[in-house]
Amino acid sequence: MAVRVVLPYHLKNLAATGAEVALEIDGPVTQRAVLDALEDAYPVLRGTIRDHATGARRPLLRFFACSQDVSHESPDAALPEAIASGDEPFLIIGAIAGG
Amino acid sequence: MSGVRVLVGTKKGAFILTSDGRRRDWEVSGPHFAGWEIYHVKGSPVDPDRIYASQTSDWFGQIIQRSSDGGNTWETPGGEKTPDPYAPPAGVSNKFVYDTSDDTGRPLTTHQWYDGTQHPWEFKRVWHLEPSLTDPDTVYAGVEDAALFKTTDGAATWHELAALRAAEGEKWAPGAGGLGLHTILLDPGDEDRIYVAISAAGAFRTDDGGQSWKPINRGLRSQYIPDPEAEIGHCVHRIALHPSKPETLFMQKHWDIMRTDNAGDEWHEVSGNLPTDFGFPIEVHAHEPETIYVVPIKSDSEHYPPEGKLRVYRSRTGGNDWEALTDGLPQENCYVNVLRDAMAVDSLDECGVYFGTTGGQVYGSADGGDHWTPIVRDLPAVYSVEVQTLK
Repeated sequence: MAVRVVLPYHLKNLAATGAEVALEIDGPVTQRAVLDALEDAYPVLRGTIRDHATGARRPLLRFFACSQDVSHESPDAALPEAIASGDEPFLIIGAIAGG
Repeated sequence: MSGVRVLVGTKKGAFILTSDGRRRDWEVSGPHFAGWEIYHVKGSPVDPDRIYASQTSDWFGQIIQRSSDGGNTWETPGGEKTPDPYAPPAGVSNKFVYDTSDDTGRPLTTHQWYDGTQHPWEFKRVWHLEPSLTDPDTVYAGVEDAALFKTTDGAATWHELAALRAAEGEKWAPGAGGLGLHTILLDPGDEDRIYVAISAAGAFRTDDGGQSWKPINRGLRSQYIPDPEAEIGHCVHRIALHPSKPETLFMQKHWDIMRTDNAGDEWHEVSGNLPTDFGFPIEVHAHEPETIYVVPIKSDSEHYPPEGKLRVYRSRTGGNDWEALTDGLPQENCYVNVLRDAMAVDSLDECGVYFGTTGGQVYGSADGGDHWTPIVRDLPAVYSVEVQTLK
């Protein structure tokens, strides 16, 4: 079963894809594994979610899994089984900021 | 048939304004990259179909776009899917990583922060793209936090010219808009000579293609810094040169219009009779190296034209004597700003002058500034204006 990832509007446009993409991941399904697979599939997204130099999540982006904010979890922590099975999508969301 | 293409970067996308040589009727395309901040769009002097754009977002970071057909279609060079998913990327057009290597880099120190403390160096965005005068695949990028990058493969990969940070980078401080390297001037007669300007650090020059740099701020006087005549710390807003006189530079400093005739070794003030010498852009006429343009702004606390009258000022004497150009520009209730990269000239026989405002207007003059007309009135806030002369 593929992992489902929901992209914010501007990244969907940049990657010229739909709002939701499906990714095949071998091994443990973690934030890092999901983002690595996403960037492999859509290289234009490199640097837009994680900083090129540090690999850190960009500060105005947040990650949600099964209604939980996992932005501050370890990138190597296992994501919930419902994400790994594709029953629930992994959400990349632009933080609400500005007017 | 001759024509012009005006490249406009705005807070919410890029726009391309095209006209024939008469410059009366305009075709507008855009928004390109809708919803993104477009700090700068500039074409190659040697291949007008090659255009580069800096697309940026506080959320999603930096993207570099490239067009090879005059802005009709765009691509992100280096962002192509790699054939082998486990191979390293061939190149990433938005990868601006400071060079700290032993061979060519410099240690990443800190720079001065607004409160006088030291602050880590962090890449934020590309403010300015300056294509090479001789090679369409070579481009310089001025970035925030201030540094100069170079690509020689059409923006697929970028490499920092790190020696610039050795010019006392720890003393550089951000201006109100950030610590940006905003101006890059390439000497048309000497490819090893490059001028850059940084807010708020000053102007710098290399004579060896970027291997070493020196501050060129002697003669600048800035009351708002602890030592008004310090070598480093001046808030230079923009510098400009005419290709026929590359050792003569004109500067719009935070306050003061300045001029040098020896490549920046010594500056002197030429503000003359301007109503205020605060402002952002400064530009030189395409055919008259002593004719320069500025847009006076009331003050650093009130970023709009004095008296609500939008006036371009022109000097035909290289400064000091200035005349107001008002025909076609609003002379009441106008409270827009004109940002540092938002003025440009074309090189048709009768020089065209263009500028954009934070109110979304782009004005053009087909007669050197004597008469102005709005080309568009309702764009998002204009960040940058560049012009390509198509012959």
